[in-house]
Amino acid sequence: MVSAGALRVVRCGGSALCGARAVYLLCASGDFVKVYSVSTEETLRLMGGHADLVTGIRLNPQNHMQLYSSSLDGTIKLWDFMDGIPIKTFTVGCRLLALYTLASAEDSVFAVIPKKGERDTFQLVSVKLTKGAGQDLEAKELSVILDGVGASMKHIAFGREDAYVVSVKDVNLQVYFFKRKLLNRFSLSTVKTKGGDNRFSCVVCHPTEDCIATGHADGKIRLWRNFHHRKEYTYSTLHWHHDIVMDLTFSIEGTRLLSGGVEAVLVQWHNESSCQKDFLPRLGSPIEYISMSSDGALCCTLHADNRITIINSNLRFSRSIQGLIKSRDVKTGLVVDPRTKALVLNGEPGHLQFYSLQTDQQLFSLDIVQRQYIHQAGLRQSDLVKVAFSAQGTWLATVEESEEVTDPELQLKLWFFSEETQSFKLNTRINTPHDNHITDMCFRDMGELGDDSLILVTTGRDCVFKVWVMVEDTDPEAQPSVSWTCDFVGSYHNYQATNCCFSEDGSLLAVSFEETVTVWDSLTWDLKCTFCHPPGNIRNICFGRLTCSKYLIGATDYGFLCCWNLLTCALEWSAYLNIVVLQPDPLSEHIAAVSWLSKESSLFVFKPNEPRPIYIQRNLCKEKILLAAFVPRDEPEVISSEKYLWLRKSQLFFLTDTQELMTLSTKSLEERLTPSSKQLAVEESLPVTPLSLLLGKHRHQQAQEDIELGKPVVHNKQEQASPAVKELLHTPAHVLPSASFLCTIFINSLLISKEKKGAEEVADEIEMESEKAEDDSDEEYVTAMEQEDTSHMELLGEMTCKLSKSQEKELRKIRKTDYSWISAF
Amino acid sequence: MAAYKPVVVQACPKLGEKITQDTLYWRGYKEGEGGPATPVQIKEFGAVNKIDFSPVPPYNYAVTASSRIHIYGRYSQEPIKTFSRFREAAYCATYREDGRLLAAGSEDGSICLFDIGGKAPLRQFEGHTKPVHLVGFLSDKYRIFSGGDDYSSNLWDIPSATEIISYGEHTDYVRCGCASKVNADVFLTGSYDHTVKLFDARTKSSVMTIEHGHPVESVLLFPSGGLLVSAGGRYVKVWDVLKGGQLLVSLKNHHKTVTCLCLNSSGQRLLSGSLDRHVKIYSTTSYKVVHSFNYATSILSLALSPEDETLVVGMTNGVLNVKHRKPEEKNENFQKKRQPAYRTYVKGRTYMPKQEDFCVSKPVKRVLRKYDKLLRSFQSSKALDAVLEPPIMLHTPEVTVAVMQELHRRGTLRSALAGRDEKQVNLLLTFVARRVIEPRFTPVLVTVADMITDIYQPVVGQSAIVDKQFLKLQEAIGKEINYQEELLEVLGMMDTLFATFTKKTDKCLEENKSNGVTEIVGTNRNY
Repeated sequence: MVSAGALRVVRCGGSALCGARAVYLLCASGDFVKVYSVSTEETLRLMGGHADLVTGIRLNPQNHMQLYSSSLDGTIKLWDFMDGIPIKTFTVGCRLLALYTLASAEDSVFAVIPKKGERDTFQLVSVKLTKGAGQDLEAKELSVILDGVGASMKHIAFGREDAYVVSVKDVNLQVYFFKRKLLNRFSLSTVKTKGGDNRFSCVVCHPTEDCIATGHADGKIRLWRNFHHRKEYTYSTLHWHHDIVMDLTFSIEGTRLLSGGVEAVLVQWHNESSCQKDFLPRLGSPIEYISMSSDGALCCTLHADNRITIINSNLRFSRSIQGLIKSRDVKTGLVVDPRTKALVLNGEPGHLQFYSLQTDQQLFSLDIVQRQYIHQAGLRQSDLVKVAFSAQGTWLATVEESEEVTDPELQLKLWFFSEETQSFKLNTRINTPHDNHITDMCFRDMGELGDDSLILVTTGRDCVFKVWVMVEDTDPEAQPSVSWTCDFVGSYHNYQATNCCFSEDGSLLAVSFEETVTVWDSLTWDLKCTFCHPPGNIRNICFGRLTCSKYLIGATDYGFLCCWNLLTCALEWSAYLNIVVLQPDPLSEHIAAVSWLSKESSLFVFKPNEPRPIYIQRNLCKEKILLAAFVPRDEPEVISSEKYLWLRKSQLFFLTDTQELMTLSTKSLEERLTPSSKQLAVEESLPVTPLSLLLGKHRHQQAQEDIELGKPVVHNKQEQASPAVKELLHTPAHVLPSASFLCTIFINSLLISKEKKGAEEVADEIEMESEKAEDDSDEEYVTAMEQEDTSHMELLGEMTCKLSKSQEKELRKIRKTDYSWISAF
Repeated sequence: MAAYKPVVVQACPKLGEKITQDTLYWRGYKEGEGGPATPVQIKEFGAVNKIDFSPVPPYNYAVTASSRIHIYGRYSQEPIKTFSRFREAAYCATYREDGRLLAAGSEDGSICLFDIGGKAPLRQFEGHTKPVHLVGFLSDKYRIFSGGDDYSSNLWDIPSATEIISYGEHTDYVRCGCASKVNADVFLTGSYDHTVKLFDARTKSSVMTIEHGHPVESVLLFPSGGLLVSAGGRYVKVWDVLKGGQLLVSLKNHHKTVTCLCLNSSGQRLLSGSLDRHVKIYSTTSYKVVHSFNYATSILSLALSPEDETLVVGMTNGVLNVKHRKPEEKNENFQKKRQPAYRTYVKGRTYMPKQEDFCVSKPVKRVLRKYDKLLRSFQSSKALDAVLEPPIMLHTPEVTVAVMQELHRRGTLRSALAGRDEKQVNLLLTFVARRVIEPRFTPVLVTVADMITDIYQPVVGQSAIVDKQFLKLQEAIGKEINYQEELLEVLGMMDTLFATFTKKTDKCLEENKSNGVTEIVGTNRNY
């Protein structure tokens, strides 16, 4: 029921070659291997099967349609990534940290494993892949090649024609020649020259010459030659990076060397000379991996913020694949954009990302700080800390501050959504709105009353809260324009203001000052009453909604959740809970509270008018939940269970301190889409070719005819059973094998199989299909997210609905029945 | 991939007057534009009580002052013609619609009608017993209305020189009036009895009375006849005549009696002159002041020529101030010159590519300022040099400060400031000493000053110029500190004043049962 939504890209293994062009991009992401289409940036396939982190992926040198992947769970899997089918699983039995394949070694692959009995020591072994009939095979024949290698994939490289292997660790470089069985060791002086740190960070080998390129922690690149001799070896140095070189890659011909680091600049060195170099600057965030497609036409860089950039061979930015951008620290909180229903949070430094939950895509990234971002350690960057939307989404308020503690360079910016450009335009910029950090900010939410009622309140550590209002420009003839100005400054006993919140009708403003909650009249700005629950400062406050609007909820950092009645000005109830997140649902009176108690987060959902929570979920996850948000659903979901009724109108999302986005879903395990149907969904996303259109039309007609004839059974069956035909028709002609090869498969697939299925079963399948068609993208998203994480599922298995599949189906049928005739009575 | 983002220069809203279209337009009225650069200030014999423009070209204007009526041409400094047949003071010389007749009242109660070409009056209307301050033509051209200090307003027939009707409804001096342009029978008069009365020549009594509330000094009808403007006391009031004299808006922008009103030719702007030496210009759509002129002494009369070419203001000390509007021919020339360039620029841009065309897009070249180019390539010192050049430093100090701030943000400000020679340090210190007290620059420049002192501390005493600049900086900062202290004192005083003014809201807050913290906190509004 809990599923992780964040994509954590771990390793990028290179793009596969199909025909003459790179078409697919393969990428290890968490426990999965993802296949992206290079041209459309879409995820084509998600290959799951590993039980732990995938650590390395390599193309099968013998067959470029196959892929090896290794994982921490100790298995190597061979995949057919065109179809997303696992071909073979080899169990090695110990953790695999990196994987290499060689063209010369047909039946073995190389892997890095931890040395037995020693911690933090790793060795490179060759794994003999046994040829057996079954799918699951044992691969226990390991032979050690190098000892004491680095654990990272980037620390080992194989040389020209697989004649030698190079490994780097700390300041040591070792080269092992396979044929001569010779091991050469070189080491750099450990003396730190000019404060630099010359440890190795990565290594690559020249594809055609005997040359090794190594990257170093001080930003230097060394090119080693003549390393066959222990003494007469030489090296030259290329230096541009000012900080650690994260990855290096040679082009296919070896004439160009690409390097990247924290500067987010891709550097291209020509002919190994330091004077000739090209740059591709401002790629957004530190480059972690660089990978070259096997035809050399494309290159892709993997960035620290969960993004892949595809770059042309002439060093032009081509496109980028990005999901939820991982920010260093989500300071803004999870905010829902009322207009797009997208989740809004910190994205790239200084940017606000609008992330669509339905499609798992970034809608757009809004540049708030509008300043050149320089990647350099120790620089005090200014970043977004607070975001608030007005009820209709027409106004956006942002607060940015520099990281300096004593003198934060504060800026409050107000953005207006321009209908013409369909984007936010800066309206007002206020320098130093408060003398100290801004702690909270909220708009008065009165959508129906128009812009006149729009008020922004900010609270600051300078012990005041400020009320900002819109004023119209005085120039009578010019275009009417508005700007924002301060209207009122309120304070209470010189306490720091920590939170603010408007009541649903906008008449009351609650501001918490350390231990006390103050309630102000929003018309006259009179202090109405105060509440407190000593000891402990107020951590969160919110008003009840709809029927519970007379209640004010507050959580203290001393571990109390309190509910005050605004009519009687008395404490209604309180509970002893260490609440970290308090989030009201904008569409109902429910309030979600997340508590953090000794290494586990628990969720409580309650209505303010009754102290007993309506839903408790202990052990929500092991990580600390930092933020939560209710995202309104497009249409209310039908939820059978009484317990989950609060999830009907909106969905709850959490962000943990490890930057994973999670949600609660009532869907049981069985309702997840089966692999076969998923595959169909994948096919849909392939580009539409004229042929497929033609065929689709034809097929559609045929289906109609069939229905008329009353014999839909066989045809449907056949359509589903022939993915090969679909594959054949969807794949561009130039990447297909020869027609003679495909002919038999094609003909076979067109044959109607003899075995007959029961009519019921087939009917079931049809229903599945139709349901899938009904489901909007929302549902697809949920499944996609659920597949990210299975561990949580198991953890919470006991909470799942115990309805069987048939029962569910029954229910759904009832749901679909037209009951409108009842209304006639 | 993002492009290089230029340094954000903080635009500060300019304090003081905002430059609008109106300011530019009204600034176009320059004194003495026609002739050589001498301002047109004409000295009359007495207070100028009326200026009236001839409605026909060449738009001569009649100025009534003392016992004379002078007629001036547009650019003439000397009167073209003078009517001086009055024994005592003359009042309110007004042109007829065709510009051929001129009527004027006088102190002895007679009204004279002059032909523009002649000298002696054509007709003389006797009937008022007291001075006549108001004379005007009805729009049928054959009748004259007048108002006198004998509280009466009369209507005269020109051909027979006889009184048609006399209205005695006012209870004080009648000092101003105006005729409707749309109806030949309607005119109105304003009097010191605080009322404006609307008369119809066909009826025996007034048809409408409007209470202005102050002695009425001037009235005006809009060309449409629907709106009426009255001035009296410090107020200018606009009334809707068609709604039965409903007050539309009351303007209080002068601090002394408003003496004269005038509309521009389009009716979009209303001008009012006052004894407080100001002429205010209002927009007639929003009734807000869009511009104002200052004059040397109190204003008695004002007139704008029919094509808005000339603004003439008469004052109590008898000075006549004439402003001519700058002709706008220059702009046309400028446009003509540019046209071919624009055509070249547009050439080919409107071409729509056909379907089979292969489009090669050329990346748009972004123009970056010099300092941005240097910052892009991380040349901190040179970027600082670029913004320390006099034109930038003097005219756009915000650019210099923005670059300094950006360098500070990058952590390279210290190295950019270091290693400069005497001349450059002098330049830097001059800038800092001059600008450090400006609130918008203070946070950045204090850091810069700190760093400069740090860096150049060892060489203090080696150069007299630099030492002098350091002393200047110290002086500037010391002055600012004193000033801030004074301001804080004033703020304290004002706070106590405000606190006494704030009404104590004795609202009984309900006692909080569970937690008894109740307190009313003094709050102050921040404008």
